[in-house]
Amino acid sequence: MMYLKSAYEIRDKYLRKDMLPTIFCPGCGIGSVLQFTLRAIDDLGLNQDEIVWVSGIGCSSRVPGFVNFDGLHTTHGRALAFATGIKLTNPNLKIIAFMGDGDSAAIGGNHLIHAIRRNLDVTVILINNFTYGMTGGQVAPTTLKGLRGTTAPYGQFENPFDIAQLAVSAGANYVARWTVFNYLQGINSIKKALSKEGFTLVEFLSPCPISFGRRNRMKTAPELIRWYQKITVPLAKAKKMSEEELEGKIVIGEFVDRDRPGLVREYKEYIKRAKKMMGWEQ
Amino acid sequence: MRYPFPVGKSDFIQGDEAIARAAILAGCRFYAGYPITPASEIFEAMALYMPLVDGVSIQMEDEIASIAAIIGASWAGAKAMTATSGPGFSLMQENLGYAVMTETPIVVVDVQRGGPSTGQPTLPAQGDIMQSIWGTHGDHMLIVLSPSTVQEAFDFTIRAFNLAEKYRTPVVLLTDAEIAHMRERVYIPNPDEIEIINRKLPANEEEAKLPFGDPHGDGVPPMPIFGKGYRTYVTGLTHDERGRPKTVDAEIHERLIRRIFRKILDHKDEIISYEKFMLEDAEIAIISTGIVSRSAVRAVRILRERGVKAGLLKLNTIWPFDFEMVEELAEQVRKIYVPEMNLGQLYHLVKEGANGKAEVELISKIGGEVHTPMEIVERVVG
Repeated sequence: MMYLKSAYEIRDKYLRKDMLPTIFCPGCGIGSVLQFTLRAIDDLGLNQDEIVWVSGIGCSSRVPGFVNFDGLHTTHGRALAFATGIKLTNPNLKIIAFMGDGDSAAIGGNHLIHAIRRNLDVTVILINNFTYGMTGGQVAPTTLKGLRGTTAPYGQFENPFDIAQLAVSAGANYVARWTVFNYLQGINSIKKALSKEGFTLVEFLSPCPISFGRRNRMKTAPELIRWYQKITVPLAKAKKMSEEELEGKIVIGEFVDRDRPGLVREYKEYIKRAKKMMGWEQ
Repeated sequence: MRYPFPVGKSDFIQGDEAIARAAILAGCRFYAGYPITPASEIFEAMALYMPLVDGVSIQMEDEIASIAAIIGASWAGAKAMTATSGPGFSLMQENLGYAVMTETPIVVVDVQRGGPSTGQPTLPAQGDIMQSIWGTHGDHMLIVLSPSTVQEAFDFTIRAFNLAEKYRTPVVLLTDAEIAHMRERVYIPNPDEIEIINRKLPANEEEAKLPFGDPHGDGVPPMPIFGKGYRTYVTGLTHDERGRPKTVDAEIHERLIRRIFRKILDHKDEIISYEKFMLEDAEIAIISTGIVSRSAVRAVRILRERGVKAGLLKLNTIWPFDFEMVEELAEQVRKIYVPEMNLGQLYHLVKEGANGKAEVELISKIGGEVHTPMEIVERVVG
């Protein structure tokens, strides 16, 4: 059996006691996703001192502060640009970027696309709660049409981004999306993501009852999870559905799993090529 | 080690090229950038050289990402640099503040061109003096160096890395399109002729636990870089000595920000560099920085030939600024002239320094040409 360790064991092994309690509201899903990530690290037996957590700004971006690893809590949206510098300087370090939907897809959208295009060796754990939780519930680029936020109080009128599909199109090596309710699939996906070279991303639909749910008649996490069950469709089933049937639905599952060379490997080859072209090496 | 350019001899190169070579000799092994006139040649030289010295040169998606990448590289242990011009420098301001707050040694080169906005991309200006000092938000302190020749561009680049490493701070090298594209004879020293300073690393576990403390009493904490088992947490939020976010504690905020000021201001005698030319008996002083200083030197000679007791104070470091020295000078001379390629930036610092002890007059020139010596002379002799 796999998940024999209690949450307490995981907490004591990986969290900084002096940083607790976390800032997360009751019913928030970030703690669950953090637990999945730590369990994946634990199951894989990864060296705690060879992992760096990076993040931008937002609720999920506070995660690196709670874990007992090297961590860089950067500016809003820029985590992956910082990660590029860390990874290329010390390729032995494994990098986990904990990001929110606003952080990664709005202000950090360009960095996300280009980090994926480069196939930067990093694992992105993406918390998608359809809102800006920390600043009080504004709409995000992921907010589904008609849902309410403080900056679209009459319901979102823009189209949402599908971050996972964006990542697939831009060339990521591994992309999966789950809800926090899919904990087994979630942990397995993170383990896969952490084991691969290149860009890997696991997106989680994660409840934010306080900033998002309350404004959309779903005041508690269970209500939000029931809503996820209603709007999500497993990939296998989605393949048999028409475009009309998929309207307003979010597909969950593993979208891509491939092995294109990562940025570190490409750059090492580039160094060799440079030295050869300049006649420094054979 | 083998260098991809000749060392221990002189060469005839552009300012941009000199900056790239100096960075490599200073130990820079990570460069991230985005194309922009007139700084692109720095990037192109780094792109050529870096792979050959097992370093990294990478083109990012914009200047925001470029400075972010070098900060990340610095925390992973590399000496890192980016270079840009006005528009890109504006984009870097947010993360320049992050580097100040997280005390990350980096070097940012701003090759000034005419602005605001896209302005005059190929022509020199000195319109970014205030931006280099005050561009980012909040209370902050950093170091700004300003070369006036290609040789100085080389020498000050090495100095920029040394100061960044010594004081765990971002250092801005503020140059301009004229120096960037001008070719001059430059002596490229052998590596063993160059003094290189590397950042302090934690000497023990106790120091490693205080990445934002002051264990040595000089205001500069050792830097527990990533991947060494220190488990350092770095945040742009106000943090305590251990790096823990403490965002509503006034005392912690004040202690942190005042130390970031103190670590530079307490060492300002070492950081501030200037040259005095014919100032001993001067009654008229010219204070200048960067490319304009070359015309100012000539102007002083012409003025002396005409019997005017003029002298020059050429500022190599423009921030921190030596207000006291300017006040002393103002007590000595009748009048201070400040020729600069903008509508008045250094002028305001000089005026504050002079403190009413001497009249201060601005000699502005904008549009993309450096002042001629005669333009300065004529203003002085009326």
